[in-house]
Amino acid sequence: MSDLSPRTIQPLGQRPQLLQMAGISKVFNGTVTALDGMNLTLNEGDFLSLLGPSGCGKSTALRLIAGLMRPTAGRIVWNGQQTRGDIGIVFQEPTLMPWATVARNVWLPFRLRGQSFDSVKDRIANALALVGLEKFAGAYPRELSGGMKMRVSIARAFVTNPRLILMDEPFAALDEITRQKLNDDLLALKAKIGCTVIFVTHSVFESVFLSDRIVVMAARPGRVVQELTVDAAYPRDMGFRTSPDYAAHTQVVSEALRRAIGEHDHDHL
Amino acid sequence: MTTSDPIFDADEARRARNRRIESVARWALPLVVVLLTLAFWHWFSNSSQTRGLIFPEPMKVWNRFLADYAMLFGSLWVTLKITFMALAIAIVGGVALAILFTQSRAAELIFFPYAVVLQVTPIVSIAPLIFIYVQDPLARVLICAWIVAFFPILSNTTLGLKSTDSNLRDLYAIYGATWWQKLLFLQLPSAMPYFLGGLRIAGGLALIGAIVAEYVAGISGSGSGLAFRILEASYRLNYPRMFAALLMIAIVGVIIFAATSFLSWFFLRKWHESALSRET
Repeated sequence: MSDLSPRTIQPLGQRPQLLQMAGISKVFNGTVTALDGMNLTLNEGDFLSLLGPSGCGKSTALRLIAGLMRPTAGRIVWNGQQTRGDIGIVFQEPTLMPWATVARNVWLPFRLRGQSFDSVKDRIANALALVGLEKFAGAYPRELSGGMKMRVSIARAFVTNPRLILMDEPFAALDEITRQKLNDDLLALKAKIGCTVIFVTHSVFESVFLSDRIVVMAARPGRVVQELTVDAAYPRDMGFRTSPDYAAHTQVVSEALRRAIGEHDHDHL
Repeated sequence: MTTSDPIFDADEARRARNRRIESVARWALPLVVVLLTLAFWHWFSNSSQTRGLIFPEPMKVWNRFLADYAMLFGSLWVTLKITFMALAIAIVGGVALAILFTQSRAAELIFFPYAVVLQVTPIVSIAPLIFIYVQDPLARVLICAWIVAFFPILSNTTLGLKSTDSNLRDLYAIYGATWWQKLLFLQLPSAMPYFLGGLRIAGGLALIGAIVAEYVAGISGSGSGLAFRILEASYRLNYPRMFAALLMIAIVGVIIFAATSFLSWFFLRKWHESALSRET
């Protein structure tokens, strides 16, 4: 796909498969099992949250999908192939190059493919407009607030219109007001371009608000303990945040998380 | 609440006064200190007749400088040429070695001890050996100056190249960056503040290396840089010329430091904390 034109998202249960993790394990230094036999099927258009306590292997799972490390056992299959598909990533920190302007930071994925700035400047402007930063193209990261930097990072992840966006606790370091605003904007952006998102978080509220699928994970060893569906329709807004439906879902997910943590460590509660 | 006139409380007024004082003192204070030093120098050299012979007063130094300026500037040019050539080789060699060290741990383990040995061994003890083994007069002086200047570039650039943000490294890996793209677009810009810090040290050290090498060369009778002029003047008991040459070296050292500091500010002014704090 050449621009940020929307893909159609099918209803849950009718979506074609994008990626499958089969029996994925990751052991560090031969002794620390970060992930133990993880099975997960990701479908096109999913907003899937990996929810769990620290050390449950959710970031490890994300790094394995990104191809930054290889699994100790198991395999990851993309659309029936072993080679990784086109992805974008957002880390917990904005991870911007401080020496480059906002526009040139967003240019990075194109630049590494050998595309000149001029040849993609419209797409960069488009991506910046989607995150509300069209007036800051020439600014340096140091001139931006924490939330604005994160928007640049999101624009960079979306600019090439990849099939899959990986987000590793991207809003964890932000204040609550900025976080809610970015949650709203992220959903709006996803609805506009129809991509698939894997979102790592340890916040029950955030996962329920954003996702249509939540995978609850437990630690020592990191593993999937339950998968839940949030069947509330999109678009979701402030009305959803205060609805009985939202409260009911958060209660179910909280219970699942409590069980996941409680299985090994009651002190976490 | 809105008011037509700005409100200054006592604390703000004190700060504004301090800022005004500082803006004047920044220039006035060093100037006063220089004038006081010259006055003291003048008094000291005239305080006894014999002292005046070996410690010439400032005006005598100035007059000697005016009389010898063609010769002194000719020597300064020689010293500067060696300094900048050594610095240029130090930059190229230091950065190239730093890149090699960050790409290959084996290369770092093999070569870094030699770099440290060269750095910690005083140049005055290596110089005579270099002058025995290397015959070309320019090459031997250059080697001495280079040995002194290259280590700060090497160690700082290596540190900078290794300090690249790990998430940015992951990002480049995810986007399939080549080795060359990673080096050019990520590692070298990340290392820039460190390299420029090394350059500020290396600039002064290249001058010191050139001067030391000229001293050794002067003893063996060749070379005509500023250091040789100092030696020559000392043999002839021409103290005013010694002082004039010494002051020229000091001024050149300050100019090199100012120039490398300016370069550092120029390249980092838009994004790096070290340059931003200078603006405020």
